[in-house]
Amino acid sequence: MQNTGSKKKKLRKKISFGWFMFYTFLIALVAFTSLPLVYMISTAFKPLDELFIYPPRFFVRRPTLQNFIDLLTAVSSSTIPFTRYIFNSLFVTVVVVGGTVIISSLGAFVVAKYKLPGVNWIFGIVIAALMFSSHVTQIPSYMVINKLGLLNTYWALIIPKLAVPYNFFLIKQFCEQMPNELLESARIDGANDWVLFWKIAMPTLTPAWSTLIVFSFISNWNDAFTPLIYITSQAKKTLPLALQTIAGGPGVVARSGAVAAATFITTIPTIVIFVWMQARVLETMAYSGIKA
Amino acid sequence: MLQTILVPFKGQGLKGILQRRRQTIAKGWKKYGMGYLFLSPFVILLMVFTVIPVVIAIYLSFNYYNMLQPPRWLGLTNYRILFMDDDIFLIAIKNTLFFALVAGPVGYIMSFIMAWVLNRIKLTRVRNIFALGFYAPSITSGIAMSVVWLYFFSGDRYGLINHLLIKMGFITEPILWNMDSDTIMPVVIIISIWMSMGTGFLVFLAGLQNIPKELYDAGAVDGVKNHFQELCYITLPMMKPQLLFGAVDSIVKSFGVFDIAVSVAGMPSPNYAAHTIVAHLYDYAFIRFEMGYAAAVAVVLFMFTFLLGRVVMKVFSSKDMY
Repeated sequence: MQNTGSKKKKLRKKISFGWFMFYTFLIALVAFTSLPLVYMISTAFKPLDELFIYPPRFFVRRPTLQNFIDLLTAVSSSTIPFTRYIFNSLFVTVVVVGGTVIISSLGAFVVAKYKLPGVNWIFGIVIAALMFSSHVTQIPSYMVINKLGLLNTYWALIIPKLAVPYNFFLIKQFCEQMPNELLESARIDGANDWVLFWKIAMPTLTPAWSTLIVFSFISNWNDAFTPLIYITSQAKKTLPLALQTIAGGPGVVARSGAVAAATFITTIPTIVIFVWMQARVLETMAYSGIKA
Repeated sequence: MLQTILVPFKGQGLKGILQRRRQTIAKGWKKYGMGYLFLSPFVILLMVFTVIPVVIAIYLSFNYYNMLQPPRWLGLTNYRILFMDDDIFLIAIKNTLFFALVAGPVGYIMSFIMAWVLNRIKLTRVRNIFALGFYAPSITSGIAMSVVWLYFFSGDRYGLINHLLIKMGFITEPILWNMDSDTIMPVVIIISIWMSMGTGFLVFLAGLQNIPKELYDAGAVDGVKNHFQELCYITLPMMKPQLLFGAVDSIVKSFGVFDIAVSVAGMPSPNYAAHTIVAHLYDYAFIRFEMGYAAAVAVVLFMFTFLLGRVVMKVFSSKDMY
């Protein structure tokens, strides 16, 4: 090994050049994909005249906080305190995300790891439901929710979103990777089903449910469509819908700045959740590494 | 897995039989009860809020239904019209298939490569920033996204791509990217890939974390030499469940292409160049209020995705694992 020192050096040089190229390419690609995020952030700080410049400019020239002040004015002029919308959004999103993670995980764990009669049928139904276009089921769904008397309640925003086939499928796929020996040995140690699920399955599934939390949080936090259909009273509206009403829709020029600021602010929690959950995914690896 | 406990034969006669039966029930409960209990919240909610609406929609596909009057039974008429008389639907099928066959696999492979590459970065912070950047199109709202793509594909000289092409002398007149029926579909495909890679990417990233590291050490002992072999012999086989999820996801999404096509080309698009199956469905459901016909379109779309889904599931069949 020692006598090939120069060769090794050359090789290392080659590798580091390769790494350099690799990183350059990666940075370019990521810079490209993060453009919408950059654009959104810089737009929030644009003065009104820069917002309407054509062709649109990417970066802000004279950053200002005016948009946030406009947003605050628009918000304080509404009859319902703004914190109410924030509470509604937080409440609905947290309950939906928490509920769907637990319900999907419980079900998916059973389908993947318990040999129960009929579970293959259930999985087949889940896959089929996943593939049916949601556009045509909107009206039948409305009928169901109406029949159950859930219209204009928080429940209309929560219950229908707990059992999402997509979420179930995601967790179920990760369950497949769980070694059976792990569960069997825990069972021999006297763990019952409940303990097995919470103490063995859920920690092993951390990458799965962390990813699911990101998906579920983003789609529910940004969802303005469901409350638009099911909620009629202003006090029960969630943040995205309330912001649309306050801004007067995307066409209203005077409050475009406020909309840009609002878009920016509503995106912050999603970024926080994303970063937090990615860290959890990484922790899982570190954990299993130590254990081995 | 539930283990079966062999209960030794106890007692005789009627009393013994009863006791044994009670034991079987108890055993059955012990064996299956908790499982069904765990499964029940999901299954009940799924039935009420997903399966029932789907069944109603399928029923409506055999009816004329305008959402005001009660449905009127038509039998197979909607389907007959769909395939015999509706030329635009055939265009929609052609466009959707073309889109799905290009955007689906390309987006799928690119998101896997990105996940695999990012997973090699050992610096956590760098990796997280890159992951966030790559996932950004899925986080930001559609508005931010459409402004960005307009910046590239704008049909005038200000559009970045036109600008570059003119500057380099390839063209003299700007190309109307989103109005020329030849360029609409490629543009829709590029933007869709760019926007929709996030889901698969995140799932693959999580899946890569889920592979026990010991396997790679064991592989090195067994003579796995380079990263490529590692990928083929360890990573890909171990990631079958996530790969299947990603494949089904990209089938469902690419066959359901609609939003981006409309925001690029409008509705109806020039020469129906970006008219997809879901665009057709949306047209009949929410513009013409012919819900029954729209439901028939949905059933046909479902057939396509379901058949392809079956094929994919056969390919990624994970039965041979563990």
